[in-house]
Amino acid sequence: MSTTSPQMTDGGPPEPTAGQTFVQRLAVAQDWRSAVLIPVLAVFTAFVIGGIIVMLTGVPFTQMIEAYVALFKGSVGSVKAISETLTNATPLILTGLSVALAFRAGLFNIGGEGQLLIGGMAAVVVGFSFSGLPWIIHLPLALLAGMIGGAAWGFIPGFLRARTGAHEVITTIMLNYIAVLLVQFLLTTSFFQREGRQDPVSKNVESSATLPQLLGWINPSYRVNLGLIIALIAAFVINWLLFRTTLGYEFRAVGANPAAARYAGISVPRVYVLVMVIAGALAGLAGANQILGVLGRATPGFSGPGLGFDGIAVALLGRSNPWGVVAAALLFGGLKAGGQQMQVSAHVGLDLIGVMQALIIMFVAAPALITTMYRLKAPSTSAQITKGWAS
Amino acid sequence: MELELRGITKRFPGVLANDDVSLIARSGKVLALIGENGAGKSTLMNVLSGLYRPDAGAIIIDGVEQTFDDPGDAIQAGIGMVHQHFMLVPVFSVAENVVLGVEPVVGPGIMDRKRARTEVREISERYGLAVDPDALVEELPVGIQQRVEIIKILLRGARILVFDEPTAVLTPQEVEEFFGIVAELKERGATVIFITHKLKEALAIADDITVLRGGKVVGSADPATATPEELAAMMVGRDIDLVVDKTPAAPREDVLRLDGVDMVDDYGRPLLKGITMSVRAGEIVGIAGIQGNGQTELVEAITGLLPVAAGTVTVLGKDLTHASPRDRHKAGIAHVPEDRNEMGMIENFTIAENLVLDNYYATPFSKRGVLDDAAIRSAAVEMVEAYDVRPPMIDNTGGALSGGNAQKMIVAREFSRDVPLVICAQPTRGIDVGSIEYIHEQIVRKRDEGKAILIVSTELDEIFALSDRILVMYDGQIVAERSAAETTPTEIGLFMAGRTA
Repeated sequence: MSTTSPQMTDGGPPEPTAGQTFVQRLAVAQDWRSAVLIPVLAVFTAFVIGGIIVMLTGVPFTQMIEAYVALFKGSVGSVKAISETLTNATPLILTGLSVALAFRAGLFNIGGEGQLLIGGMAAVVVGFSFSGLPWIIHLPLALLAGMIGGAAWGFIPGFLRARTGAHEVITTIMLNYIAVLLVQFLLTTSFFQREGRQDPVSKNVESSATLPQLLGWINPSYRVNLGLIIALIAAFVINWLLFRTTLGYEFRAVGANPAAARYAGISVPRVYVLVMVIAGALAGLAGANQILGVLGRATPGFSGPGLGFDGIAVALLGRSNPWGVVAAALLFGGLKAGGQQMQVSAHVGLDLIGVMQALIIMFVAAPALITTMYRLKAPSTSAQITKGWAS
Repeated sequence: MELELRGITKRFPGVLANDDVSLIARSGKVLALIGENGAGKSTLMNVLSGLYRPDAGAIIIDGVEQTFDDPGDAIQAGIGMVHQHFMLVPVFSVAENVVLGVEPVVGPGIMDRKRARTEVREISERYGLAVDPDALVEELPVGIQQRVEIIKILLRGARILVFDEPTAVLTPQEVEEFFGIVAELKERGATVIFITHKLKEALAIADDITVLRGGKVVGSADPATATPEELAAMMVGRDIDLVVDKTPAAPREDVLRLDGVDMVDDYGRPLLKGITMSVRAGEIVGIAGIQGNGQTELVEAITGLLPVAAGTVTVLGKDLTHASPRDRHKAGIAHVPEDRNEMGMIENFTIAENLVLDNYYATPFSKRGVLDDAAIRSAAVEMVEAYDVRPPMIDNTGGALSGGNAQKMIVAREFSRDVPLVICAQPTRGIDVGSIEYIHEQIVRKRDEGKAILIVSTELDEIFALSDRILVMYDGQIVAERSAAETTPTEIGLFMAGRTA
């Protein structure tokens, strides 16, 4: 029934874009305001409101300032702090990319957690099973195993969506439960469990499958490792895939308007399966990174816990843009690293970090809160914005 | 009530949407406000309904200047709007919809349903609207839903009724009935403002015509003496040829053939029944019919977007009955889909990206799965230029184009391919006169190049302007076939209404 479309010259309020899915409106930026301005203001506002909330619990203002100083120092104040920030950010980049890629194709991948767990388990098996392999073979093999494990776990909801229409939000949540319990079970089997242990802990990963530390030659306590480089390469590859390849064009077309994609001859079911496989591989790689780079073994809580879920927040804040995801992951990684410092030296609970992350996501998901608070003019078509800023 | 607008000016960043617009809608008369998409009609109406405050100018009703701070003020002043897209709750009854927001009550929070029904019935009878207050809105045809909107604003005391493109969604019969309603409203002293870009309708129903172009009033016309050509020239700012120039067709071999094609919906009810037809190279075949008689399904059966239950579809002798949309595309079908925004383009893709929507995977636009940005962009620049898409900024999003230019973009994409069969569904629906003229010329040019063209349109004028051969669809069947030269709109109209040949 759309017989007219939004027009530049009529300049009315923005009309909902035809065919656009809810996921797209929520997660993909359409212009620079929603890509940069809103997230930046969201973060700033979350800091202010988070501080107010903590002060309402009786913390004096000076202590609050101390807390933020500690947060800053703990995240970027020293090489050690930066190393911790990067270590925390690495898996978030990968799970964030996983969720962001799915968002681009109109899918809501809540299953990053499960995909990460299965990928991590696959990586740990390869990591402890082969001894004597050279580093150059063993490590890539273990990383690949992680990707395949995650891809397999992502394939299931993709296939179910494509074939039966079962919504991926439901199936990925269910698969998360299965993965969590499966990990707990597997870690008590003799194949996985370390000899002489009664608790669920896996055998140790061979050193030939360990991600080498990047700054270990300066100080062995600098944990940042090769995983960071792998995550950045992944961001580069996903960015290239999305914007430079026909496959990425298909992903974005399906996400933006499935009916038009079908008209264009794109197989929507095929896209759903492929997207979930790649998204699963990314989350699986995050799991492998944790196992091979940080922990060296698998325990029931090796996902953080919650790195898969944090990926959703990272993707939302990064507006589903791969480099936006990297920036968001660095922020969240920094908050996590600085939060420890804040708790120790300013005695403000780590819960504040959780509150701030929640506020950030709330503001990004409901940009009207930000536009109202800062009296930004109502967004309208991109053409008008360009003109408006030029005049 | 008499409504006067005096010097209304409304600016948006970078755009002067209304520039010193003055007009008068006389009491008890119909004023047609015509103009192309983007001429400023919608902005003017939003000013009138209190959604926008004008930067300058005055709204005067019966000699009294009005200030509208919000839509409530406009309603208070007696102005009622019927929007193109109805604002009704589908699962509510007519009476419930009409009183929504102004419910009569018998006690706190308890609605007086009886009074609601009575009020609806009274208004319905007074204006000859014939609407059952107890009917569920979702079960009513579009024409009746529009009457519910009219009752809604009459109940709120509107004496100046503004209709925004009211006939865009109506069948030809419903348009006739709508004109009857407007006449009745006039009879009872209401002032009617009728926004349209359909010139014949403006001439048929209006007492006064005001023409907008580029945000300004460029003239007015007397419907008794004006011709569609004069109005079109005023709207567009240059002479417009409403008759499509074309020579007699020289049809050759069959390109598209359908034999006994049946289609059923999810519940097994028939959508297409035994369609047998052909389109030959070098001819334009027009499918006439009232919306919803199987035309959409016919096109989707040919393009592979919906599966057929029986029969065969062949193009140049190749059986495509079960081929995928991609394979049919490769086999030489170009398709301008009926729903521009929902199917023909992706609004938040750039114009360049939209111009390769169905051949991004082929050379030269990509090689081994990697898009060739330079090739896509240079092709886009050429297409935008060749098909007069304005503004020709290939990095703007498709959604930023006006309806007519978006359609030209889609036509550019489909017509730039050298393929034997071109299907155009509702090629000019809801677009401006200048673009219609242009697209019609392109369609005829394609025919003269020897392509087989299938046109589906609910506009009988368009069918007659373009077709060499006319097929009429009714209830999922082709009920008549006529050479365009040997039939009349009246005859085709009867077939459209269900008379069998």
